[in-house]
Amino acid sequence: MSEKDDKVPAEESSPAESPARTDGPTASSTSGEGEPGAKSGSEDATATKSPETKPAGRSSSALVDTVLTTAAAIFLALVIGAVLMALSNQEVIDSMGYFFVYPWDFFTRSFDVVTTSYGALLKASLGSGEAVSHTLNRAAPLICAGLGVSLAFRSGLFNIGAQGQIILGTLAASYVGFTWDLPAVLLLPTSVLAGILAGALWGAIAGLLKAATGAHEVISTIMLNSIAASGILAYALGEMKSFQRPGDELGLPQSPPVPDSAAFPEVFGVHLGVLLAILAAVVVWWLLTRSTLGFELRSVGANPDASRTAGMSTGKVFILTMAIAGALSGLAATMLINGDQASNNASLVGTIGFDAITVALLGRGTPLGSVLAGLLFGALAVGGGAMQTSSAGTAPEIVQVVQGLIVLFVAAPAAVRWLVRQRRKEPTDTFAAKEATA
Amino acid sequence: MSATVTPEAPAAERPVRDRADKLRQIKLVVTFAIVFGLVLWMAISIDNSDVLFLNAASPDKDHQPEAFNGLRLVWVAVAVSGIALLAAAANLVPRNGWALLVYLAVGLSFYVAFTVWYYADQDSAVEAWITNPLPSMVKYSPPLVLGALAGVICERAGVINIAIEAQLVMGAFFGYVISSLAYSNGAGMVGAALAGVLVALVLGLFSLRYHVDQVVVGVVLIALALGLTTFLLGQIPTQQENESLNTLLSDPPDPLTPIEIPGLSQIPVIGRALFNQSILVYITLLAPIVVWFLLYQTRWGLRVRSVGEHPKAADTVGIKVNRVRWQAVLLGGGLAGLGGAFYTVGSSGSFTDNAANGQGFMALAAVIMGRWHPIGATMAAFFFALTAAMKDDFGLVTKVPSELIAVAPYLATLIAVAGFVGRVRTPAADGQPYVKD
Repeated sequence: MSEKDDKVPAEESSPAESPARTDGPTASSTSGEGEPGAKSGSEDATATKSPETKPAGRSSSALVDTVLTTAAAIFLALVIGAVLMALSNQEVIDSMGYFFVYPWDFFTRSFDVVTTSYGALLKASLGSGEAVSHTLNRAAPLICAGLGVSLAFRSGLFNIGAQGQIILGTLAASYVGFTWDLPAVLLLPTSVLAGILAGALWGAIAGLLKAATGAHEVISTIMLNSIAASGILAYALGEMKSFQRPGDELGLPQSPPVPDSAAFPEVFGVHLGVLLAILAAVVVWWLLTRSTLGFELRSVGANPDASRTAGMSTGKVFILTMAIAGALSGLAATMLINGDQASNNASLVGTIGFDAITVALLGRGTPLGSVLAGLLFGALAVGGGAMQTSSAGTAPEIVQVVQGLIVLFVAAPAAVRWLVRQRRKEPTDTFAAKEATA
Repeated sequence: MSATVTPEAPAAERPVRDRADKLRQIKLVVTFAIVFGLVLWMAISIDNSDVLFLNAASPDKDHQPEAFNGLRLVWVAVAVSGIALLAAAANLVPRNGWALLVYLAVGLSFYVAFTVWYYADQDSAVEAWITNPLPSMVKYSPPLVLGALAGVICERAGVINIAIEAQLVMGAFFGYVISSLAYSNGAGMVGAALAGVLVALVLGLFSLRYHVDQVVVGVVLIALALGLTTFLLGQIPTQQENESLNTLLSDPPDPLTPIEIPGLSQIPVIGRALFNQSILVYITLLAPIVVWFLLYQTRWGLRVRSVGEHPKAADTVGIKVNRVRWQAVLLGGGLAGLGGAFYTVGSSGSFTDNAANGQGFMALAAVIMGRWHPIGATMAAFFFALTAAMKDDFGLVTKVPSELIAVAPYLATLIAVAGFVGRVRTPAADGQPYVKD
């Protein structure tokens, strides 16, 4: 939706921000090829940075460029994944024993393994309506949390704290969900709101500390993650009666799921949360490009000293940014609690908070980018499980490796291009902004 | 106004007390008063002050828990924190590095008093004793200290190293595999260091050669390392599938054992902590000094710091910026990889998924908390190691909810960072690729 608009207004005054530094071209993907095209994401960031001599004119070739490099990056990552798959398959390894006698076996078997695995991945993530709904449900929390991390990136903050913010969100949303006695119409919104507020609160702490004392947000969010996981979550599951599912006392401590009245309604297996995630992306887009706060946010991310001189309150921006980032993580939490109706336990959140960082990086700090990256990662996560259960029995960790490689490859050629085109410009990035605040 | 308001105001500004200085005094007085009050309350509230103390991790024939009257120690703690409170009130707390000693003394007195209070007044049904936390603190320190040092070296050279976690995990895994391949712990440690270098190589390649955002590379490397190690671990055939290969790849020698240095290890309290450890820990104890020497006393160190602060200036005087950065990144990788060896060669001997379990992030926090200085980062890392040791120690008695004990170190870090470390100054060129004009 947004790529055009993304780079429209007010951009000259707010130069590039963090993870975006790497890419020259403006424009965004929308891809020829479904998922893959995903990642190029819309790219307002560096466009802003390029000197005025480069107006919108070259955007169409840049679009092609971005799509091509992105497709190439995904292809390359998938090829490496395929090599790993083949080499980890017992039949392929056996055939290597007589490779020089009958090499054909090696190739056919490798081909079989790779096609079976990727076939299973594709089928499970996109192959049917049900598969697509799984992918969407899986992508929703990634999108929301990724948006939170992106937003923080844009103001020059490295929010590692999505994990803790999500944990707090799950606790609040599930607590309200299964203890408050409200009519169904009220219960769901209250529960979701509780999750969002809890996440916002947890995020705001880091922003407040940064604003008031200059405490580095990387440290404070890491610590807040640990406090949330080993303190609050452990306490709730261990000591609070309402968080203990009857009959589970001896096993893994876990909470009951929220009742149906607190669950997102589903349409074709896709819960309402997915819609909320997309809505959140639109809101973030609006916030970043159309609101005063968004302008201040990007300005502080680009140059806090200049922003302060211009009369902006960096402290206010830090607090609000982290609160909104936390709220988005809290929204991600409700995807698990109210969307999947999952039981809260020590491993419910898993690594979503950290995957969110990867999503944000792949999405280059833009809302559309986060949505597309979240969808891609959601699809890969759903497909990874299917690869393991397929006849090839491929290890699901390959998906993780492929995800990492995609991000890396997407970033690398873009950087090279950026170099060629903008040699003269001083490099800026996430941390460049930071030094100034320090 | 940015970075100028640090507690250590330059000498010239002494006569005029600025707001920051007053604020610092207020913070100190409040913090010390809280500590003093708590310690005093503990001293008064202890009824039966006989506690058991064991100067080792677990009892053996030489070391049995001994009873002693803990109350005296608590009153010493009261005295120490009281003196510190008075000093703070009179604004006598030094403003330079010596202030650290004061903080340390107050922290220690609180720790001692809390420990005695925690174990005092037990009902006799459970016999729990206080163990000396220092040996296990030092034992747990390699990944944190070496990881933090790796971060310091890289970032002083201007390369952000988020990937400490990746280097630890890869070090742990390859330490495990190579120590079983060669059936030698020494080879395992070398392999671990090389694995760390391998990660650093990728970090350097993409951030120095291709100028990819260093945060992106770091985060990606963590994901890759976690995925890759889990994947590779799954590829090692089980005993049934292929016995010889299984033995070859996953049957390491016994993990490193402590080497006792005769004489020195008999020093009371700290002897066993410092002089009865494995070779890996001795390396860890020496590393901060070596890194400090390298960074601050050698020509190479000056170059590293200069390319991290102002690469253009360094280039102008003929320093090869990217070469120095490469050297720093690779050296850091080797250190962190070696630190990762702790999880396999250094402790259990076998590799478990996600062996580092977030300690790489703690090392990153230590880098920032220690203000990108090797000694500061090391002290922060030792503090985190102490908290890891404490978790073991305080599990037996339940005077305070266990979650509170688990959270205490993070809370303490948060308070320390917010209250006293405050604004830190990143090396000026941290994260910026250097492109010659």
